[in-house]
Amino acid sequence: MATETGPVAAPGKGGDGDASKIIRFEKVVKRFGDNVVLRELDFDVSPGERVALIGPSGSGKTTILRLLMTLEKLNGGVIWVSGDPLSHMRKGDQLVTADEKHLRQVRQTIGMVFQQFNLFPNMNVLRNVTEAPIHVKGVARDEAETKARDLLNLVDLGDKYDAHPSQLSGGQQQRVAIARALAMEPKILLLDEVTSALDPELVAGVLDVLREIANTTDITMLFVTHEMRFARDVSHRVLMFDQGQIVESGPPDQIFSNPQEQRTRDFLHAIIEER
Amino acid sequence: MSVVLQSFPLLLQGLILTLEITAGGAVLALVLAFLAGLAGTARSRILRAVSRVYVEFFRGSSALVLMFWFFFALPLIGFRFEAVAAAIIALGLNVGAYGGEVVRGAILSIPPAQYEATIALNMSPALRMRRVILPQAWASMLPPFGNLLIELLKATAVAALITINELTFVGQQQRAATGESLPIYTTVLFMYFVVAQVLIFGMRRLELRTARSLGRAPAARRGRRPALAGVGDGGGSGGVG
Amino acid sequence: MQWDWNYAADIMPRLLDGLVVTVSATLVGYLIAVVLGLAIALLRRSDNRAVSGTVRWIMEFIRSTPLLVQLFFIFFVLPSFGVVLSAFTAGVIGLGLHYAAYTSEVYRAGIEAVPKGQWEAATALSLSPGRTWFGVVLPQAVPKVIPALGNYLIAMFKDSPMLFGITVVEMLGAAYQIGAETFRYLEPMTIVGVLFVVVSIPASILFRYLERRYGH
Repeated sequence: MATETGPVAAPGKGGDGDASKIIRFEKVVKRFGDNVVLRELDFDVSPGERVALIGPSGSGKTTILRLLMTLEKLNGGVIWVSGDPLSHMRKGDQLVTADEKHLRQVRQTIGMVFQQFNLFPNMNVLRNVTEAPIHVKGVARDEAETKARDLLNLVDLGDKYDAHPSQLSGGQQQRVAIARALAMEPKILLLDEVTSALDPELVAGVLDVLREIANTTDITMLFVTHEMRFARDVSHRVLMFDQGQIVESGPPDQIFSNPQEQRTRDFLHAIIEER
Repeated sequence: MSVVLQSFPLLLQGLILTLEITAGGAVLALVLAFLAGLAGTARSRILRAVSRVYVEFFRGSSALVLMFWFFFALPLIGFRFEAVAAAIIALGLNVGAYGGEVVRGAILSIPPAQYEATIALNMSPALRMRRVILPQAWASMLPPFGNLLIELLKATAVAALITINELTFVGQQQRAATGESLPIYTTVLFMYFVVAQVLIFGMRRLELRTARSLGRAPAARRGRRPALAGVGDGGGSGGVG
Repeated sequence: MQWDWNYAADIMPRLLDGLVVTVSATLVGYLIAVVLGLAIALLRRSDNRAVSGTVRWIMEFIRSTPLLVQLFFIFFVLPSFGVVLSAFTAGVIGLGLHYAAYTSEVYRAGIEAVPKGQWEAATALSLSPGRTWFGVVLPQAVPKVIPALGNYLIAMFKDSPMLFGITVVEMLGAAYQIGAETFRYLEPMTIVGVLFVVVSIPASILFRYLERRYGH
């Protein structure tokens, strides 16, 4: 998971990302074949900030989360996380493609919740949550299980420790997935259309849990969503994407009540029509 | 009938050796299958190539010819094997090659989303394989493994041709001694049949249990054992021998 | 013991004679397996449960017992019922019967893959059962299973040395005879092993390609 471009000159002064920004995209390019998904994208996120990414499908929002989670390689530019390059590592004054060790280092601060939950079917609910803390971070089993129970209570699944993922509804599975991501104590939580795969009546339960987390923690959140009400309530800032670029950026009140760009207006209009 | 009664204890002894060769071959084949399957999905091109060569070569060779070669040819260049060892090694190498394709196919059939979830939890590749991928892949390995186990059991009969006194060999001896070929061979065939049915039953139980532990509905049991042509990546050839 | 190229060259003609027997036994046996397998597949679809059930268990029996013992049975038991077969004939019948149990499963899968609507359309047109099978169902089912059937040709080729067990002098038998006469097993056994691999690996790669290309 690194660039195809090989060594690049470290951009900016001395190459360090601004450490006051927890995430910084610098001229990030991502292509799938001939299809350019992100074209020289620049943006940054402050610690504790909650950013909603909205826009039509295919506009590159999900790709941003997947790049941050190192699930995709970038084709150009640099992503900085807490001042460290994500897919690169420093070698002298150059940045070279990161190796597995570096990736594992930087991933420690990032967690992700997927559209399709992606729970492990070979483990029960509790083990899904404790697996990584125990075997990746080396947390003692007792401690990991206590923590997992707290988290499962938080997501309102206090009675489902023993259940098998397949016995849970989609909404319950997604709440387990949220607990699983939080158990690793990430500084950044990426949420990729976490309610899109759910039946309408299960959406609220998941969003309530996320609201609770937003209100009670200072975790940095990036979420891709089509739930505009949720985006408005929870985010500090909204980024409107189209065709791999940021069309408009601003506080939720401004974006939703008084959008400046025609494309934003069209998009919001289309979303409301749909509902 | 009296012939069968007289020969029965001897046939039973032969059956025990048959079971031992089957067990030995199965253990060797299982180990080789996992080595070949893991190497076949490794990132290293060299490992993948080694796995490919092993699988193609031993799937392409005849188990009986291989056994003869181990038993008659290799001693002449200084590698001497006990007959039973030659049989176990030849069968294990052969069945392991088919099993390697099963393991590889099962690993590759795990959805990419599961890999992504392990990356998001920062698991190392080894941990991911051990705790997430293999436990799930195991469920899809079991049905083809069951077929291979039956093929292995059947293939042990050729050990009779290198004078190992397993079931088939004892059957031949008893036919020669008594001249009663019908009752002897019928008994021998039924012994294989019963063992095969027991193995099939056991594997089926294991499949059910594994499927349940993954929360899957167990695969419907329509006409058990799809033809062996389905072994591996949809292209493995049939018959082990 | 050193590998002796001259000796290897000397014994080649006899081994190639053996190869001819191996190949003929495989081809004749395969013909039996392909034809008989289709007949069995049709019998298993019989509405008469006694017929389909009996056929199913016979095939189960054949599939779960060793080919070698089946060959012994045909070769040594049948004569006591007045059926005397040459070793070669007994061998190809055994091979063909054993693999018919496998090919019938391949046909069955192919037949089951024909959409139900095809049967319903045939009924709606009042086609006779014969026309339905041979005019509608099999022409759709059989082409798709040809690559899978091809795999069994290779499997039979690799199993054909078992005919040596009932005194057929095919390739392995020839190698064994040569070895017994000269006490040099290295060359004949190695050549036979190599010949098997040289034939079956390219063939299996070919059939896998065909299966990916035309199968399913």
